[in-house]
Amino acid sequence: MRGGKILSANAPLFTMAGISKRYGGVRALEQADLAVSTGRIHAILGENGAGKSTLIKVMSGVVAPDEGTMNLDGRAVSFASPAAANQAGVVCIFQELSLIPDLSVADNIVISSPPTRMGLIDRRRQRVIAEEALTRAGAPDIHPSALIKDLPLSRRQLVEIAKALARKPRILILDEATSALTAADVAKVFVVLKRLREEGLALLYISHRMHEIAELADECSVFRNGRKVATYEAGTKTDNEVVELMIGREYSHVFPPKPVAALSGTPALETRGLSWTNRLRDISLRVRAGEIVGLGGLDGQGQRELLLALFGVLRGCRGEVRIDGAAVRIASPTQAKSEGVGMALIPEDRKTEGLMLPMTVRENLTFASLDRISRRGFIDREVENRLIDEMIALLAIKTAGPDIAVGSLSGGNQQKVVIAKWLMNRPRIILLNDPTRGIDVGTKQEIYVLLRKLADAGAAVLFYSTDYDELIGCCDRVLVLYDGAVKKELIGADITEKALIASALNIEAAHA
Amino acid sequence: MSEWRFWLTRQRGTLLAFAIFAAMFAIYGANHPAGFSANVVQTAANKGVLLAFVAMAQSLVVITSGIDLSVGMIFTLTNCLASVLVVGSPLSAGLGVVAVLAVGALCGAINGLIVIFGRLQPIVATIASGAVYFGLALALRPTPGGSVEETLADAFTGRLFDVVPASLVALVAVVLVVWVPFSRSVTGRAAYAVGSSEAAAYMSGVPVRRAKFVAYTLSGLLSGIGGLFLTFFTYTGDAAYASGNAYTLFSIAAVVLGGVSLFGGSGSAIGAIFGALAFRTIGDLLFVFDFDPLWQPLFQGVVLLLAVSLGAFGLLRVRNRLEWFG
Repeated sequence: MRGGKILSANAPLFTMAGISKRYGGVRALEQADLAVSTGRIHAILGENGAGKSTLIKVMSGVVAPDEGTMNLDGRAVSFASPAAANQAGVVCIFQELSLIPDLSVADNIVISSPPTRMGLIDRRRQRVIAEEALTRAGAPDIHPSALIKDLPLSRRQLVEIAKALARKPRILILDEATSALTAADVAKVFVVLKRLREEGLALLYISHRMHEIAELADECSVFRNGRKVATYEAGTKTDNEVVELMIGREYSHVFPPKPVAALSGTPALETRGLSWTNRLRDISLRVRAGEIVGLGGLDGQGQRELLLALFGVLRGCRGEVRIDGAAVRIASPTQAKSEGVGMALIPEDRKTEGLMLPMTVRENLTFASLDRISRRGFIDREVENRLIDEMIALLAIKTAGPDIAVGSLSGGNQQKVVIAKWLMNRPRIILLNDPTRGIDVGTKQEIYVLLRKLADAGAAVLFYSTDYDELIGCCDRVLVLYDGAVKKELIGADITEKALIASALNIEAAHA
Repeated sequence: MSEWRFWLTRQRGTLLAFAIFAAMFAIYGANHPAGFSANVVQTAANKGVLLAFVAMAQSLVVITSGIDLSVGMIFTLTNCLASVLVVGSPLSAGLGVVAVLAVGALCGAINGLIVIFGRLQPIVATIASGAVYFGLALALRPTPGGSVEETLADAFTGRLFDVVPASLVALVAVVLVVWVPFSRSVTGRAAYAVGSSEAAAYMSGVPVRRAKFVAYTLSGLLSGIGGLFLTFFTYTGDAAYASGNAYTLFSIAAVVLGGVSLFGGSGSAIGAIFGALAFRTIGDLLFVFDFDPLWQPLFQGVVLLLAVSLGAFGLLRVRNRLEWFG
């Protein structure tokens, strides 16, 4: 699909055409195109997983596209590595910081090509370069000799910008570069970015914050499902139109019906004023037995931390957690899964936090419930076999048997093993951290049905998902988090895509 | 914050290692019947520099967040090789020295290539290569023996101007010729970057492979210098398995004592040297206080545990328990 016509008068500095990229069976980019011009700020919009990150990874040489062409100054280019892209003048500031924690600010700013004299690093010149770059990035107050790991996140982000500027970019890509900044720092960065635009740089700005885009961008491109769906001059579309462009829809899930009657009684899980560092702010929520409550919002607004806090992983939480009305202190996953609490957390990354990949399905299934199937410290093989068979049947796990390595199963079946492992423990409160990411649609549907079955059997389910369809189809209520706080609670029919996106972006939807 | 305070934070590990060593050595000297005589210092230096060289070797690899379990075996192999090659006329002995050092560097380079291109974990790669190096040492010297060029050997183990131990001068020279240029070069900085965060280093276009290769190669070279000095002290070569292993393990202890993080990315070879000297002084302290030498391993263990626990205080501040396992 070709959505973009060139909007600036002169020819664009950089163009991409027909770029596709697949990861395994998942297509991240499909025939995407983009044109970037000098002296303009070009905003890229799209939902989580729309292909924005892959797009800029291709642009900056981190991943090679499967097909498609890129042109810089009218000449075809391809970047084999980030260093090659830098050489050509394409510099990216990534969402995940690329700074080296044990080195100083100045060391980091010159890292890709330190000034040398007689083969050794010229520290005096390095200092001068670093000070210049910091000043240009609007952060002259950061000391060049400070270690990165001693700086707060917002300062690091400014160093990141200084580092990019020291490479003399022609195209500067900012990927969620302001997400860690305070409002005051954002304002400073904007002054810098506007000055760079005047100096003739081409800037690519990726952000979820609509008001930032409104303030900065000259033109915008919207991505959805790996394709660019529109490019338009900034200010020519309303927020609602933009949100509609971002939503689109290519597939719909089949979700099990929701119960009609509202539930009452003591909540199985309740928090009052739960806070942790500056990532969770005063969160109060209730989940009743039989209820599925969703957590929504943009990625990284505290959803993961909230689940970890409930599961006893985070230290120094303030506020109160109540199980069945009684206040409890949960200081470790061991306590969280104990008889009195009965909690289970299906983690975000099954490969590192959910499974021991080289070990067998049997071993993985029983890790969380060893004390349930053992007597006097020894595993009762009979009970174990019975429970394992039960679980494999319940979740329809496709495996050649319980004694093969879990790593040899497909992603969807691996995820089923993670869920089954916790069900062996008969949890009453089930926390899920984006459990369907990267698994096939069929398995997703099975998981939705299972969640509803568990809820109907009396479990309280708290469910974080980055997929809006899931929140709409599965949840009785959705809490939308923004900046570590519950921004909005959507109930029943109010859970719509528009309402979810609008509250996730923290803008007022006209008609939710 | 002023400039020197940044410097101080960065060198904290090195300075702490120096302080521990200075305190221990002061106690040792004060209680030694002969006091701080040139003789006492010379003996201490000769005992200390061997481990110091091997610890320096270890620190280079540890900075890249690797580990080199073959340093003790390269040390043993070069010892055996030197006992064969560093003989005869001044010219042939000199060439022998060059050959011994080249072999040390080659051993390290092989480790580096295995780790970089074989994508093996450093711990496994260097256990295996260390066994090979020891096998070669045994083939060279099935039984202890050989006789190194004595004038040369004595020159490196004696005293300059009758005061300064020559071995110490050699150690300082090696620091100036190998460590200082390395730490100030682009490659050296890349080594720190790789150890601190390999992904960030790659994303910043840092020469990741070159940094690892040079770190392992220099590690081999420094182990080789250690092996050469062992030969100068003993005049012979001995493929002793226990001694090689002990040097490997002590080098790791010295590196930790010297404030080099086993996670990589921070610390310096100079810290490792003081760590090594401090570790060696433990034995000397037991000697002046008339302890049974049988207690030495126990005391070395206790000192090491204390030093390491100083570094573990940081974990108390961690707010997310998952970071304990990162």
